[in-house]
Amino acid sequence: MEPPKSRGKLAVRDARFAWLMLLPTVIIVSLVVILPLFAIFWISVKPIELGDLRPTTLLVRENVRTNGDVFEVEYRIRNSSQEAPITEAGFSDSIPPEITLQEIPENCKLTSNAILECDFGDVEGGFRDRYRIPVIFNVAPERAEEIAEESQPKVRGDADSILTNSEFTLENFAKLFDQKEFFTVLWTTLFYTFFGTIGALVFGLFAALLLNTSFRGQGILRGFFLFPYVAPVIAVAFTWITLLDPFSGSINTLIVQMGLTEESINFFGQKPLALIMVTLFEVWRYFPLSFLFILARMQAIDYDIYEAADMDGASPFQQFWYLSIPQLLGILSILFLLRFIWTFNKFDDIFLLTGGNAGTRTLTVNVYEQAFGISNIGAGAAVAVIIMLFLFMFSLLFFRFISQEEGL
Amino acid sequence: MRHLYYGYITGPIIGILWTLVVGTSVSILMAFATGGAYLPTIWGSALVGLILGLLTVRLKNLTIIIPTAFILAILLPFIGLGPLAYGDSIPLSMQAISSLFFCLGTGWALVKYLEDSRWGQLTRHEFEDCVIKFLTGSGMVFFTAIVLIPFYVMVMTSLKSQQELLINPLDFSLDLDKGWGLLRSYFELFNEFNFGSYMITSFIVSVTTVIITLLFSVPGAYAIARFKFAGQGALSRSILLIYMVPMIVLALPIYVVFSTTGLRNTILGIILIYPVTTIPVALYMLQGYFRGLPAEVEEAGLMDGLSRLVVIWKITLPLSLPAMASVSLYVFMIAWNEFLLAFMLLDDPKIFTLTRGVAMLNSSEIPRQHLMAGAVVSTVPIITIFMALERFMTRGLTAGSVKG
Repeated sequence: MEPPKSRGKLAVRDARFAWLMLLPTVIIVSLVVILPLFAIFWISVKPIELGDLRPTTLLVRENVRTNGDVFEVEYRIRNSSQEAPITEAGFSDSIPPEITLQEIPENCKLTSNAILECDFGDVEGGFRDRYRIPVIFNVAPERAEEIAEESQPKVRGDADSILTNSEFTLENFAKLFDQKEFFTVLWTTLFYTFFGTIGALVFGLFAALLLNTSFRGQGILRGFFLFPYVAPVIAVAFTWITLLDPFSGSINTLIVQMGLTEESINFFGQKPLALIMVTLFEVWRYFPLSFLFILARMQAIDYDIYEAADMDGASPFQQFWYLSIPQLLGILSILFLLRFIWTFNKFDDIFLLTGGNAGTRTLTVNVYEQAFGISNIGAGAAVAVIIMLFLFMFSLLFFRFISQEEGL
Repeated sequence: MRHLYYGYITGPIIGILWTLVVGTSVSILMAFATGGAYLPTIWGSALVGLILGLLTVRLKNLTIIIPTAFILAILLPFIGLGPLAYGDSIPLSMQAISSLFFCLGTGWALVKYLEDSRWGQLTRHEFEDCVIKFLTGSGMVFFTAIVLIPFYVMVMTSLKSQQELLINPLDFSLDLDKGWGLLRSYFELFNEFNFGSYMITSFIVSVTTVIITLLFSVPGAYAIARFKFAGQGALSRSILLIYMVPMIVLALPIYVVFSTTGLRNTILGIILIYPVTTIPVALYMLQGYFRGLPAEVEEAGLMDGLSRLVVIWKITLPLSLPAMASVSLYVFMIAWNEFLLAFMLLDDPKIFTLTRGVAMLNSSEIPRQHLMAGAVVSTVPIITIFMALERFMTRGLTAGSVKG
């Protein structure tokens, strides 16, 4: 008898149930991850600066003043943007019964329910105007001001937002590739990523070898070695800065005292050294992670093979090289790929240590620098798009590799 | 290599190298503790190492080796070959203490390292055993130093005053007469800089993030792990893919959207955005765990006529409590340590989280010890939780920290 080909009722119901359980997650993740990713591509082809984020509107300010012994209500009107036009701009303000307007300015009319309606039609960027309307108060002048300013004018008008209009440009990318700096940034990123990853792996492997024997205090030491990773990055980054400060840092005092150098060294402020230091920081902060994975893998290796090798007369180094390393190769290469991607993505560490100065600007720091340092959101997004392209390549590699390794 | 396999060669070499390691460590240790100038001398240390190495291979007896080390440390300075050199102002008592550390460190460890060696020819196995023991010892010293020194400096700097730090940045000895005055920076942080409220904000934000993350990811992970449905594989992969998108890339559009909708500079905005960064990792961790649970237990429940939801509530969730603890702790750690979003989205000092508050202290007008006190205040809670629940936390790290 052949097995049934169509899906049973139970399977269909299970699938529906599964999607129901997944729905909230899928919705929220796509809302806050997928949408922003599209937004990044969108913004990267827009000529948009930080200041453009505030929407363009008409601004109207109302106040009461005296001109000789005549009271006046003054409206000052302007376009918030110097460039962007506003269509069908205007405002309306309700006039309280205690006030009688002596004249109605041009463009305005007073409706039957005591509302002053003014329309300016389409106004250009940088538009400004001022209306002074003589008024008579039916109350004491001291109260008048309060009453007049009680009702806020309501503005109207449509402005084209740079975020949503159909103006596109490739200038962000063109500018980016024009700068010689861009390739320096790329090279810095690759150096930082490659050596940071390799360093963390090697340190992690060494630390794991140390703790792969059982002795008293092994558990405590294992926890202790994880401190750099568990502590907030901001705390440890500032500690490194304090420690290595050229004027009042302990390390500089120490090496001068020991006679290793004549003068103190500006670790985070001079050119090749700063990049080496941030890479070392990366190694220091993430070796615990590799250490944890490698130690877990080591402890899972069957001890028998070492005993057998011992019987056969293999020396400790031979055992390490011919038995341990092949067993660890899988986890080492997965760790390498994952850590490579994550180091490539790293932003906080360099941003806190050097702010991207002294030749340490990586792609991620460049996103921030372009978007907020020089207030060009569009250019920042363009760098982000380039990061995404790199990442796409890496993840293709990763999935090809990891499906062989783990059957994921 | 073969000509090294003799006890009378291996012993001195390891002796010299180890003596240099101990000399450097003791010098750094004493310098960081007292601020004075200590220095290992290459020739002096090498001479001590050579003698002790030879002697240890021959005798392997602590009660002889350590006193010999003492005698050498006392006598060699008279012929200008002391293993440690001192600055001008180092009192004799400190010299004696550092020599004591030096002798104990070299003698005791060398006896351990060379216990399997002999005077004559060694097998390759014996030789490598000695080398590995030496490397292990040096590695322990090295790793302990690189992890300990930054945290030590962080704590000690926060207890000093501006003046003391300027006079000698290396002098971390504490003036215990000051009593509570030692904690001045902390009092100022909590009284003048509002750190108490930042701590509460951070705590609320982190706990809320954990709760929201679990609410979304538990059903999601269960569905991916247990049910077969179209698009399962793609979904499972896209979780990992999303997990790889760097935060700064997301932060930019989030900044744009939050600025235009007024969510920027609100705690609500932070609470909305944090869980989204943690849900993918929680999904990834939990689905792995749910896969590992035997399906038979659940099927038995289903056979008995319980509905799927009841099975999840009564059987699966209680079984996965340890995994949920790990995930919760890991997510808590991410939220507590998060810096970038808090830095970009929060401007109002009234609603800062702890990391944002520490970032505020990084200014030339605020003394360094305040910054370090802030660092300690943000580090101590998470480290305490980590130590108390290390078992869960470590499991969480191994399951989830493909990200970091």
